[in-house]
Amino acid sequence: MTAMQKLLQLPVNAVNIVKTVQGVAQGQEEARSPVLTPDSGQQNWYSAVQPEELRHLRTASTTGGGGGEGGGEWGEDRGTLEEGLSSAQTQPLRHDDLKEMLDSNKDSLKLEAMKRIVAMIARGKNASDLFPAVVKNVACKNIEVKKLVYVYLVRYAEEQQDLALLSISTFQRGLKDPNQLIRASALRVLSSIRVTIIVPIMMLAIKEAASDMSPYVRKTAAHAIPKLYSLDPEQKDQLIEVIEKLLADKTTLVAGSVVMAFEEVCPERIDLIHKNYRKLCNLLIDVEEWGQVVIINMLTRYARTQFLNPNINESLLEEGGEKAFYGSDDDDDDDDDDDDEEKKAEAAALAKRKPYVMDPDHRLLLRNTKPLLQSRNAAVVMAVAQLYFHLAPKAEVGVIAKALVRLMRSHSEVQYVVLQNVATMTIKRRGMFEPYLKSFYIRSTDPTQIKILKLEVLTNLANETNISTILREFQTYIKSMDKDFVAATIQAIGRCATNIGEVRDTCLNGLVQLLSNRDELVVAESVVVIKKLLQMQPEQHSDIIKHMAKLTDNIQVPMARASILWLIGEYCEHVPKIAPDVLRKMAKTFTNEEDIVKLQIINLAAKLYLTNSKQTKLLTQYVLNLAKYDQNYDIRDRARFIRQLIVPTDKSGALSKYAKKLFLALKPAPVLESPFKDRDHFQLGSLSHLLNAKAGGYQELPDWPESAPDPSVRNVEVIRLLERVTTLTSVPEWTKCTSRKERKEKKVEKPFYSDSEGESGPTESADSESDSGSGSQSGSEESGSGSESEESEEESESEEEEEEEEDEEEERAKKKKKVDKSKPKKPESAESDQSSGEEQKRIRKGGKDRRSGTESESEDESESESSESESESEEESESDTDIKKKKKTAASKPPPKQTKKESKKETKEMSLLDLDDFEPTPSPQVTPVNSFLSNSLVTDLEGLSLTDTVLAPTTIAPSSSVRLYELLHRITGEGLAVEYCFSRQPFSPDPHMVAVQIQFTNNTTSEAKSLHIEEPKLQSGMRIKEFPEIEVLPAGESVNVVMGIDFCDSTQAANFQLCTHIRKFFVSIQPPVGELMTPAFLTENEFKKEQGQLMGMNEISEKLTLGEKCQSEHVIVERVTSTANLSRVPCGSDKESRFAGKTVSSGSLVLVTVTRKDGAGALLTVNCEKMVIGTMLVKDILQALTQ
Amino acid sequence: MIHSLFLINNAGDIFLEKHWKSVISRSVCDYFFEAQDKAGEPDNVSPVIRTPHHYLINIYREKIFFVSVIQTEVPPLFVIEFLHRVAEMFQDYFGECSEVAIKDNVVIVYELLEEMLDNGFPLATESNILKELIKPPTILRSMVNTITGSSNVGETLPTGQLSTIPWRRAGVKYTNNEAYFDVVEEIDAILDKSGTTVFAEIQGVIDACVKLSGMPDLTLSFMNPRLLDDVSFHPCVRFKRWESERVLSFIPPDGNFRLMSYHVNAQNLVAIPVYVRQNINFFETGSSGRVDITVGPKQTMGKTVENVIVTIHMPKVVLSANLTATQGTYTYDPVTKILVWDIGKLNQQKLPNLKGSLSLQSGAPKPEENPSLNIDLKIQQLAISGLKVNRLDMYVEKYKPFKGVKYVTKAGKFQKNWELACHEGLLRLTDLVWSSFTLMKNIPFLF
Repeated sequence: MTAMQKLLQLPVNAVNIVKTVQGVAQGQEEARSPVLTPDSGQQNWYSAVQPEELRHLRTASTTGGGGGEGGGEWGEDRGTLEEGLSSAQTQPLRHDDLKEMLDSNKDSLKLEAMKRIVAMIARGKNASDLFPAVVKNVACKNIEVKKLVYVYLVRYAEEQQDLALLSISTFQRGLKDPNQLIRASALRVLSSIRVTIIVPIMMLAIKEAASDMSPYVRKTAAHAIPKLYSLDPEQKDQLIEVIEKLLADKTTLVAGSVVMAFEEVCPERIDLIHKNYRKLCNLLIDVEEWGQVVIINMLTRYARTQFLNPNINESLLEEGGEKAFYGSDDDDDDDDDDDDEEKKAEAAALAKRKPYVMDPDHRLLLRNTKPLLQSRNAAVVMAVAQLYFHLAPKAEVGVIAKALVRLMRSHSEVQYVVLQNVATMTIKRRGMFEPYLKSFYIRSTDPTQIKILKLEVLTNLANETNISTILREFQTYIKSMDKDFVAATIQAIGRCATNIGEVRDTCLNGLVQLLSNRDELVVAESVVVIKKLLQMQPEQHSDIIKHMAKLTDNIQVPMARASILWLIGEYCEHVPKIAPDVLRKMAKTFTNEEDIVKLQIINLAAKLYLTNSKQTKLLTQYVLNLAKYDQNYDIRDRARFIRQLIVPTDKSGALSKYAKKLFLALKPAPVLESPFKDRDHFQLGSLSHLLNAKAGGYQELPDWPESAPDPSVRNVEVIRLLERVTTLTSVPEWTKCTSRKERKEKKVEKPFYSDSEGESGPTESADSESDSGSGSQSGSEESGSGSESEESEEESESEEEEEEEEDEEEERAKKKKKVDKSKPKKPESAESDQSSGEEQKRIRKGGKDRRSGTESESEDESESESSESESESEEESESDTDIKKKKKTAASKPPPKQTKKESKKETKEMSLLDLDDFEPTPSPQVTPVNSFLSNSLVTDLEGLSLTDTVLAPTTIAPSSSVRLYELLHRITGEGLAVEYCFSRQPFSPDPHMVAVQIQFTNNTTSEAKSLHIEEPKLQSGMRIKEFPEIEVLPAGESVNVVMGIDFCDSTQAANFQLCTHIRKFFVSIQPPVGELMTPAFLTENEFKKEQGQLMGMNEISEKLTLGEKCQSEHVIVERVTSTANLSRVPCGSDKESRFAGKTVSSGSLVLVTVTRKDGAGALLTVNCEKMVIGTMLVKDILQALTQ
Repeated sequence: MIHSLFLINNAGDIFLEKHWKSVISRSVCDYFFEAQDKAGEPDNVSPVIRTPHHYLINIYREKIFFVSVIQTEVPPLFVIEFLHRVAEMFQDYFGECSEVAIKDNVVIVYELLEEMLDNGFPLATESNILKELIKPPTILRSMVNTITGSSNVGETLPTGQLSTIPWRRAGVKYTNNEAYFDVVEEIDAILDKSGTTVFAEIQGVIDACVKLSGMPDLTLSFMNPRLLDDVSFHPCVRFKRWESERVLSFIPPDGNFRLMSYHVNAQNLVAIPVYVRQNINFFETGSSGRVDITVGPKQTMGKTVENVIVTIHMPKVVLSANLTATQGTYTYDPVTKILVWDIGKLNQQKLPNLKGSLSLQSGAPKPEENPSLNIDLKIQQLAISGLKVNRLDMYVEKYKPFKGVKYVTKAGKFQKNWELACHEGLLRLTDLVWSSFTLMKNIPFLF
């Protein structure tokens, strides 16, 4: 021990004291530790507190405040403590006491001492003089002591570098320990000691740990990287090597930490991510929450450099002014380009030059992050939200709204940050949050900063439709006690008024009313806002200006006074009588005014002098004279300047001629802008965005590249291996078909989630891979007579590779995920089925193409093919688009085109109706049910699905399937005839309602007035959204309106009264069961999956004999879709037709399958959770098909 | 990432500091105090404060400010969420997150902070893992500790961090295997002038207390999952399973945790349990005002409304109140201007009423704004959204656990909107607690 003391150069007297006290202490040690309060049973941390603090504490508790609940117990302790202290000795000795305890060979004593030291550190007290005594214990066997010593070391090592070196060897030993936890903790502490001299040791340790067996140690290594980097940036290159190595790590434990290290050390080295991109995407869901945040933020940046802007085509269309009508789905854009070439040849040409196809990796990222919106961690949700905001196609961004609104119910700090981000988002994408308007209503208990942010969001969300609601809400806010908030509300009203012309007058009137408010702040704020509003249209408001002129007597707030004076001066022509009088009053009080008011008085005087010099000459001179001797030099300067400018003297400069022009120029109206405008150039959710200023270490969000960088950089080098697999398992062509069927069966039998599947997984996937590969290959070979054969072959090969890698990844991921296993694989196999099925179709089509021989079409096809091969491995929904494309090519033949045009016209009419008759303007993204498809697209697809199935040109236009029902007969309605039909449009104000189009025809000779609905008598749960009242229906004319009814998925009639200005008619609308649903777009495998879950009671099958006229497939499709509002689901077999839809109210799936047997026999199967609906639907379809 | 953390109490004392990187002087907190002064109320302190060299991100919880110091770009929510996690961990460890508890357990607090962050990046934030590393204090253990001189630090090295399931500790053993789920719901509503619902939603959480040995794999299914409009899960819940089958499949953490939170959009369903007729007038002359409030039950489905407490935030000019209550007691705090009327059980026959006069500061103009009303109440055995747990299955483990579900339905945060030119106050009911308490302990087996 003495040797050690010498080594540490402890003062001699200290050692002596230690010895003596030790002697005394030895005896008691067993029972309790010899702290200064031998009698107090409990040893609290504040035993280590210094005397003056104690006194402080004590006074606090005796004065009755701060001590808190523990006061009683504490006081006792403190009393004894203080006694001991005062009687004993001064401060340095007390530390000696701790040193002595640390030197003892009893672990319990050491522990006690360390606890007290840690308590000191926690209070921010300096404990550095204990360093020598503590550092000795680094080798202590007791884990508890050791831990606390580590805490101490990390805190003070930087200050006492030389002594800290003593401990290094212990850690080096620890790094070699067989126990992974000891290795990890040794590395953790070693890297936390900020001593430059040990950098090489740290580097070595990190390198070693990076290749450790244990993932936990590797994680610690990842954590250590930024520590070392901050200590010595010179090491960057070596550290990047380690990061590169760790990035390749396949465990979720490491992923988050290493990406964090990447972000801190080398965020610019985006190339390191390429090879790990897919792995990171796939692991993401299993990474711990904090890691997820870091990874998602990094991937957002990555995606911005590697993929194309998914909204690029849309922005082109937007320029063409077609935004509202054309859905933002990009594939859809491609479709439309062909259809409307004449109309917007230019836009189409532009879009065509660069048909946008989403990179499968881009899709992978979007798909894998989406579930994380359901995370309990607000930071994760926000990270996903910003990713979608920055990366997703416009139509898909909507999904984040709900999650963000959820965060608003969290702690107020979370709310604050989320609202800031929502405010930015609402400027760009208003439609996204519109359905959640009410969630942003302000509560009286919200803190002011939250209130103001919510106000901001409400203002951004305001549009013609909801402005009245919002203004009503604002009106209530003005009553609030919180004055800052009231002021903000008034400003918000001003902004609404400038943005929405329709309500400008209303707002202005409201604000003028506020001028008589008792609260001066309210008045002042209103004046300022009114001034801005009036500037937009001053002519009409001279009485408001007059009113405000009167206010100058009462209002004292300088800004408001100044605003009024400016207004009067600016529009003095409108108030020629009052203006000079105001100036007179102001001249009287000039000396007592605030500076800004004085300046405006001078301005007013000058303007009046120029327009009305007769009356105001003397006043102006008086004011200018007063100003000349003002204390403020600004005012003196202004006075001098103005005098020179306006008062004609002999030596007045050239400028005075233009004085009128200078002063009375037309000033542009101020633009009231949101402070959140243009904030989105910062990555959302970041600190920089919140502060609207770049924070240190912020990585700019790059702009989208013009053309996509090579996507193959993300391929992982497994190609060779895969080629072998393909050759080994590729199936001869003739057996292909059967093998596929077999596989299909196998798949269907499997329960979706089962543990056993894990084992059989890999082999199976290999199987499907090879199959799909050969499938597409052979397909293209068959069609290969065309020019495309070589190209497509190449493509399908590369696609194979990609798929293979995918599977590699998945297999890796499988080790982690037990349950999710089967999921990613399934779509693939199904897709391969589908792709080969399509291949056959293509062959047929290919033949036709050759006949027609147009080059553009074949080009088109190869294009669609390439897009298909890319999308195949990725996204189910994208395979949808392929089908669409197929349809498109089919549709481009003349006869179907005609029908399509017809349907097009129809839809256009409908949506125009929608627009006209509904004050809630349908915004394309509001309908959550099928938010990915805009209205027009839905009908487009309907039309297409018909034309598609009909290869012969004998189709009935879909418009004919819309049946008219009578609501009110001409006779009973005394000349008013009312008919209705189910337009099958999504009802945009409420997606859970069925849209009913009603046609009123006035057959009388007089006009019918105020047609509206009254007293709906509805079954419980049913709701009606009435159509807006028709004020006048002239004789002999007819008019169409749309109303929404939520039938609650029942065929119960909705009863209500239809009223005119003279009569009331009882009417009822009873929906056929087929109208209670909307089409759902499923892929084949989704369909099967869903069907698999709707077995038993939910499945209804019926055998039938097909009617004479509906033997062929297309008639069946036509009959079914006209009976029920369903969409067709692609199907490999031509004996089967499948349809899918969702009930409008509850969104339950409705699946219909018609399987044709030999002859006229067929089997109809309906799967639906709602059995009643299922039964009725079977009946209806049966009838339609057997006719 | 997170550089340092300071804990500051309401009086402005920094009572704990912890640095994860180099030490930052506590004088950095002066910027915080400045912002605090400016904000007035603790709620209004901006969560992010910018200083010349640092950024301070803070949260306010249980009368403590958690102020963290940041030097470089980091998502603010990341820090805020983490700080709340720290506060929750204190709550979990010490039963309360208060200054006294933190001071009493300062060593454990320090160790916790050390484990939760490494170099400013979160390391272990799951309570299961932390509890293995650092034992929470219990009365028994603290007694044993004082005698034996050992501390709360675990004797053996933990292994949890290495298990494939990061939220569950390994080697859990219980003699009685039990799993309890509390379905707790709360209503949030805004009422308009006439008392009709402008906006109402139900928010719920499922809190679980699972004490099962080994590595059980649980599946919880609902009778009516379609009720749930928006959900968020504990990381243990398998999301894909929920997506496809609407069941909660998970390997639970050991002990208490929040399994999921959900949101039910129930514009039409929500029934408001009470009505309040309030008449609060201020007179232009004489600096006085009158109060007349009556509370009555409404749509309670035959259940008794209990624990009714009305809280009114009076305008600043109200000096004192001289009232009489037909039922319960009232207090008026002239400093905070809050009038509290504790009613107790609502009586259908004789409606409780509070009546009397207010005296205002003389000379001050009559307050314009209408005072707001908060109401707390509780109704036993009344379910709100109707969400029902269907069954709970356990896989992997062989034993038969004891399972139970408790539906606690709270209704919270009602707000009656401000009204124009109307002297009626606004009605805001907070934390209405309805609870239907069906603990299935005695019922053989329902699921």
